[in-house]
Formats: sequence, C-alpha cells, structure tokens
Amino acid sequence: MTRRAVITGIGVVAPGHTGREAFWELLTAGRTATRAISLFDASRFRSRVAAECSFDAAAEGLSPQEIRRMDRAAQFAVVASREALADSGLDLSSADPSAIGVSIGSAVGCTMGLEQEYAVLSDGGREWLVDHEYGVPQLYGYMVPSTLAVEVAWVVGAEGPVSLISTGCTSGLDAVGHGAKLIEEGSAEFVLAGATDAPLSPITSACFDAIRATTSNNDDPEHASRPFDADRDGFVLGEGSAVMVLEELEAARARGARIYGEIAGFASRSNAFHMTGLKPDGREMAEAIRVALDRAQRDPSTVDYINAHGSGTKQNDRHETAAFKRSLGERAYEVPVSSIKSMIGHSLGAIGSLEVAACAMALRHQVVPPTANLSTPDPECDLDYVPVVAREHRMDTILSVGSGFGGFQSALVLSRL
Amino acid sequence: MHASLIREEPPVITGLGVLAPTGLDVGEHWESVLGGKSRIAPITLFDPSPYPVRLAGEVSGFFARDLVPGRLIPQTDRYTHLALAGSEAALNDAHLDPASMPEFEMAVVTASSSGGTEFGQHEMERLYTNGPSWVGAYQSIAWFYAATTGQVSIRHGMRGPCGVFCSEQAGALDALGQARRLVAEGSKVVLSGGTDASLCPYGLVAQLATGQLSTVDDPQRAYVPFDVDASGYLPGEGGAMMVVESAASAAARDVPHYGSLLGYAAGFDPPPGSGRPPALAGTIRRVLKQARLEPSEVDVVFADAAGVPALDLAEARAITEVFGPRGVPVTAPKTLTGRLYAGGAALDVATALLSMSAGVVPHTVGPATLRPGCDIDLVMDDSRETRPSTALVLARGHGGFTAALVLGKGNRRFPS
Repeated sequence: MTRRAVITGIGVVAPGHTGREAFWELLTAGRTATRAISLFDASRFRSRVAAECSFDAAAEGLSPQEIRRMDRAAQFAVVASREALADSGLDLSSADPSAIGVSIGSAVGCTMGLEQEYAVLSDGGREWLVDHEYGVPQLYGYMVPSTLAVEVAWVVGAEGPVSLISTGCTSGLDAVGHGAKLIEEGSAEFVLAGATDAPLSPITSACFDAIRATTSNNDDPEHASRPFDADRDGFVLGEGSAVMVLEELEAARARGARIYGEIAGFASRSNAFHMTGLKPDGREMAEAIRVALDRAQRDPSTVDYINAHGSGTKQNDRHETAAFKRSLGERAYEVPVSSIKSMIGHSLGAIGSLEVAACAMALRHQVVPPTANLSTPDPECDLDYVPVVAREHRMDTILSVGSGFGGFQSALVLSRL
Repeated sequence: MHASLIREEPPVITGLGVLAPTGLDVGEHWESVLGGKSRIAPITLFDPSPYPVRLAGEVSGFFARDLVPGRLIPQTDRYTHLALAGSEAALNDAHLDPASMPEFEMAVVTASSSGGTEFGQHEMERLYTNGPSWVGAYQSIAWFYAATTGQVSIRHGMRGPCGVFCSEQAGALDALGQARRLVAEGSKVVLSGGTDASLCPYGLVAQLATGQLSTVDDPQRAYVPFDVDASGYLPGEGGAMMVVESAASAAARDVPHYGSLLGYAAGFDPPPGSGRPPALAGTIRRVLKQARLEPSEVDVVFADAAGVPALDLAEARAITEVFGPRGVPVTAPKTLTGRLYAGGAALDVATALLSMSAGVVPHTVGPATLRPGCDIDLVMDDSRETRPSTALVLARGHGGFTAALVLGKGNRRFPS
C-alpha cells in the first residue's frame, strides 16, 4: 500500500510576532515586517533593510543554558518545533524513538554565532592565528550547521533518520520534500520537517551587498520588498523558521488528527548554468514543477494557487513567471500567484519552510495571502499576483516553488484531503 | 512498514575520484593504504605552533591550478577545489561523458561538514579590518555548504535533483543513501561523495572546542582508535567523489563497476542524559535487513573509529552486539589520514570498494593493544587476503548522527 505524508502540526517563528497564528494574521492583513536593520549597526552597508523577528528566547520558554548554547537559528527551530508538536496533538513520549525522524533545512547554518565568535577570537580581525583560549564550548556547534538538526532531534527524542539539508535558498522546500520521502519510504512514522535561518549579521549582509542582490531602497523599508513590481530592486533579507509535523496519512486519520494537507509531490532540478544567474526561460524550474505535479498525479489545470519564490530581484521574478507559463500553459494566467516575501522578506533557506507553512494555512482557511507593495505592474510579469489584498479562494491543490544559489529549482505540491 | 522500499536492482559505483592525504588518485591511495603509510604529519597549511594540536592529514601535493579550471579557483574554497578535481577523476574513471547522458537524469549530491571554512575566515578578516565593501563577490557562493554541489552541477551540465547533506562525519553516507533513492526515482547517474578542507586557524580552533582532538604529539600514537592509549582523533582534509549509476545504465554503457549500494540506514543517538543506548546497533540491524543479509554474510566492517575512548567502546559494543565477540573483521584505514569530516565516510566507501575489488582487507595502522571491552577482531599488523564480497561502512557525526551503508562486490578488477 502506498504511504502518503500529511502535515498535522505547524510551528512558526517569523518576522513580526512569534507563532503560527500571528504569522497568518500578518500575511492575510497584507502587513509588511520589513524595517531598518536593528540587529547590528548597518550604517556602512549598501542595503540597510531587513525583516527581523521580534523574538525573546526566554519568553518563548528557552532555558538560560539553551539560550547560551544555541545560535539564534537553533533557537528559532526549537521554538517552532515545540509549537508544531503541540499543534499536532501528538504525544511522542510513547512512540518508538527510532520511528521519529528530523529533516531540517538551512542555507547558512549558525553564521551569526560563527561570526560573533570570530570577531572575538581574531580580536576584531587582527589575528589570522585566532586565539583558541577565547573559544566557547559551543564553537564547533556553530561551525557545523548540522547542530540545527541535532537541537530539533533532542526536542522530540528522535532516534530515526536525522538530516540537515543545505541547498541554499531551496533548503526549506527540499527539507520538507525529504521529510515526506522518509514517511513515504517507511524510514520514519513521524518527521519534524522544516528549516531555519538567522542570517542578519554583517558578513551575510556584506555578501549580498557585494553582488547587489539585496535592495538599496533604504528610505522606505516598509515598502522595500516589491516582488513582481516594476520598481523592484532586489530582495530584503529576513530570518525565521517553520517546522511541521509530518505523519503517514492512515495513521494520522486513525488517531483523529486534524490534517492541514498532503505533501502530494516534490521534485527538484538544477540549471547547471550559473551559481547566481538565471536564464530568463525558466526551463529547469518548469521541469521541477512538471515532475512534482506528475508525482502528485495532478494535471496543471488542477493547480489552484502558486506560492511563488518571488524574491523581488529583477531576474528572479521574470524567470519564474516564464517557468509558470512553460509548465502550466494557459493555467498560469488563470491561477492566483503570490509572494509572501513581500511581507516577511527572504530568509534564505528558512523561507521555503515558511512558504509551505503559509500554503498549509491557506489550504485550511481557503484564503490566498497577497503580494504586498505591488503597485506598478511590470509588463514582463503579466500574471495575477494578488496585489496588496488577501483573497478568499477555493483551493484543493497548491504549488510552492523555490529557486536558489547553485542553480537549484524546487517544486512542492500540497493538496487538501 | 517497509512496503515501498526500493526493490529494483541496486545502483552501482562505476567511477572513483580520490583526493586524500593518502594520494591524489585511486592507485596512490590504495598503495598507501595497503602499505600502511601514515600521512599524519605536522600542519604546514598555517603555523600551528600556538595550538595544542599540531598534527593533521594534509593533501600534500594538491595544487588547484593543476586540476581545477583557473576561473573557478578564486571563486571557490579549497574544499570545492578538491571536489571538482575528484568529480572529474570519478567521471573519467567511469568513462562517462556527461554530454552523452540525459541532462535531467544526472544528479549531484554531496556532503558538506563546515563549508568553505578558510575562504570564510579570509572574508571575515577583510570585513573586520577594512569594512563591508572589502568583502568579495565570491564569498556569497564559496562559503556556503552548497558550493560544491552547485559548482559540480554547473561544470558537468548535470540538471537533475541536487542535494547537500550536512551531518559532519556521517554526511557522505547520507549523501550516498540519497543517491540510492534518486536512482530508484529515475536518475541514471548521481555524482556523490564529499570533501573537506577545514585546516585553517579558525577551522582548527573550532574543532578544538569539542575536546575530542588528540593532543599527543607523536604522529604514530596520536590517533589510535580502540587502543588502550586512545586519546582522541586528528583532523584531515580531502575525501572522495564517486559516480553512482543505475545498474541498467552501467550495463547499457558496458562498463564494469566497483560494487553496488545494497543498503543504507540512518539513526540518531538519544539526547544526552537519557540513559538510552546509542543508535548504532539498531542502525546496523536495519541496514542489514534492508540489504537482506545475515550478520554472518558481512565480510568486513569499516569502522567509524573515533579514537575517543567512550565512542570507541560504544562502537565496539554495537558491532559485538550484532556480530558477536570478534565475529567480523573490523578495520579503520582512516588512521592514516585523520578524520576528514564530510570527506571521511566518502573515502571509507572508496577504500571499501577497492578492498573488495582487490580481494584484500587493509589493516589499521596505529592501535596495538585493544582497550578492555573492545571485543572486536580489529585487523592490525597486516592486511588479510580474504576476498571480501560484502562490506559494511559505519559513520557517526558530531551530535549523534549515525549512518550505515552496505556494499556488495562488483565486477571490476583492481588494480587493473
């Protein structure tokens, strides 16, 4: 019998206020959480806008030792995991630990901790031979991004397959897709799947400044993330985490779980073209979409909503518009498409998991979140991007896509049961 | 429960590319392994004198300009240089021209433990000494964990599903486990494996924080897993890349293979203080079940061999629990190189495949007297010409990652 993976719990730490419901409220209100950067002094940077989480680790229940041990990205993932578990209603304490898996994505791991400790050990960059006497016990935990999956595994006592997947900006989508695979193939009965990133630190900002990928719209931070708008000029960095509880459909039904939806199909392809550049034809993303729909046994005509990557760079929005047309044909012009990055920025590897969480909420509430700040249409982006205002809409099948450095393109199909 | 597990013919490994302290190609590596030539030596990549650990396994003689396209050298870290060179070698070894294969049916899945560590240290130094505008454009694509997979995919026009698994020393087995899944889903070729190059000051200092590196300054006695004098491990760099191919594709191309991926399983240790046993024994049982092998049918175990007394004991107990006391030959040629993190398990898999192809189980250089409680048949002193046809490779990554891979002997003679 075919095993199918469903979402039964969601936990979110996103820009704005913490928690799944606050996240959904922000999205459906069409409010933006993009502001001037406050986490560090950004005055010397080209891009000084970000979507920050208003996050108080102690208030979210982390102990003093957990706070000391964990990088901000780990703190996000742990808080999101606990909320997801509570939402699912599962009591995993009686489950077979080897049947519990974890699949977490992250693009840049514990960069924040790694950079802060570097600054100390090198004495502000002065010493190439950094001083080990100043090393904190958790330094190696910052060096290896796998720590993020370790912390989530400890939350649920997972002794089954545990993965940290790091495919740049598709990490979140890929980690959820991988989590579903673990359920389908029978390697796990329960999987905590999602992603986390906390990249708002000088080194990451400097990276994106150097390639002019981020916005320079510093005078109007609240309207700086402008996917599909003619005046878009780059993405706004964000941070956050979403973690979902995945279970096998029949088991979830048997225990009377409230099911958000099924992860019905997933696929990824690569453009093998350029680490950061995209060809305008969207060919490889279109192929990922085609295969994901095929695996979900869905025709393009059944897609009711597309949660776009919509980063707000010139090339991305053009690229994916082409990919939707190429893969869905006429349906691309009929179906609502939106980018929540317009409101919560682009949290690199985490964003894919936040977008799947948004899709699951959209499926439950039958509401499409809007693309904020879309006021000046771009002739090259000529689809229905749900500008500014959320929309009630009947949805059974949702497509969520991601595109990232390395040339990776991923697509995931979520469907209502 | 395992109803949908892979039933097709297992994928095979048709090409190997080794860039390791033990050699810059497969032949050199195997010669070093058989000869028991340790490459543990004082660190030369930077001045290690301020640090309590000054020994490591370096890939000496590796110059990116000889093996990596010039344009890519300044754009990528040394860990990616090693992987690009390894990928090209693996494709040549497999006689595979990527241009002749369907682009969407070639995938790339690598392990990464800590990304472009040295590249990152340089750029952070620029940031902190000069300011944000001094950070180079390539930092965004060289430092992150997906750098290697992306560059390999671009270089060889591989447009199938790409992946990156980060589970420290266990990563390459997880990558190969994923390669196995992708072949079952329709990929013809998966370029997989892992490399690491964290031998820079910040990389070493971060590793020191674990307290698990050996501070013994005798290269012959510093990394001696399972020995009464085990004092931790030493770091190394390098790794291996390999061409994993569907059995049908290898047959259609009429190329021989080193061996097949018969099974893969992963587990995770319980949280510290839980009192529950580590995941290794259960993971071994699961992988044998998946490979449909009895413990008695396994001819050799390539151990994780951490060299940390508690970890050695845990591994020896897990092996004994499944195979019985001294029930299976166990070996750990990684004492010649140190632990290579993302490259470690990849090199172990390459060595295990060569071992089966050559019919010889290589010995473990270093350990002399087993720690009481390590009741395993550790192959010491000399290699054994036992013609192994199945090998189990074990790997554990920092924090509790546990992975196991079962390999079956192929039809490729080695040395040819």
